[in-house]
Amino acid sequence: MVQERIGRKRLVVGAHYGTRDFIVQRATAVIMAVYTLALVLYAVLVPSLDFESWRAFFAFTVGALPVGQLLATLAFLSLAWHAWVGVRDIWMDYAHSDGLRLFLQVLTILWLVAAVVFFGQILWSL
Amino acid sequence: MSESATKPRPQFRNLGLSDLMSYRLPPAAKASILHRVSGALLFLALPLVIVPLFAQSVQSPDTFAAMKAWVANPVCKIVLLVLMWGYFHHFCAGIRYLTLDLHVGNAREPSQRSGALVIGVALALTVVFGLKLFGAW
Repeated sequence: MVQERIGRKRLVVGAHYGTRDFIVQRATAVIMAVYTLALVLYAVLVPSLDFESWRAFFAFTVGALPVGQLLATLAFLSLAWHAWVGVRDIWMDYAHSDGLRLFLQVLTILWLVAAVVFFGQILWSL
Repeated sequence: MSESATKPRPQFRNLGLSDLMSYRLPPAAKASILHRVSGALLFLALPLVIVPLFAQSVQSPDTFAAMKAWVANPVCKIVLLVLMWGYFHHFCAGIRYLTLDLHVGNAREPSQRSGALVIGVALALTVVFGLKLFGAW
């Protein structure tokens, strides 16, 4: 068990979820920010933004590797994890009864899993 | 141990709903609560609006045209405008938090200024892309 003494009296123990969530929130944010800028840059620079060129951003391949789909998956999983950390923080701040908070957190997970499955299904059938 | 147990401690409670109207929010606090509001908004819209629109836009030329027809509806444009503001604000405020993490502009004056800047830039981007959405350019 990781234990750390601060001063003479205070004993700090814990699972360090806070640190992990802090890092996750920032790492996923950077991934999404870079992906967003790439998408906007592509939309501006592509000669004509129509169905074919729009679809190509998510479906392009490098050799046999489906890079467009892999990058979109990375960005969307980042989004889901980022949203989980953020929305969970909202429930922890405002929903003080354990039962209500658990209910809202389960609802949040279902909501995000539904979005991920929906998105993945569309993306990987391109 | 016994000393700390007997000493009455000062209590600081969170704001109640009734305090909201009279509580002064500096620009950084406004940017902060709007970061939360915009994040919650995008979370709610994700499987309801954002993923369905994405699905229509990539599946076939026909669904792409259907997506365009949906977006042409004025009510849908309002919905998209709000979501666009949410994305811009969340994006800009998020960049601000990342720079604060790097200990850039943490002093009181600069952090208030960057808070105001984030709110302004997000609104300006919303106006620019909103004009595009409503066909002004």
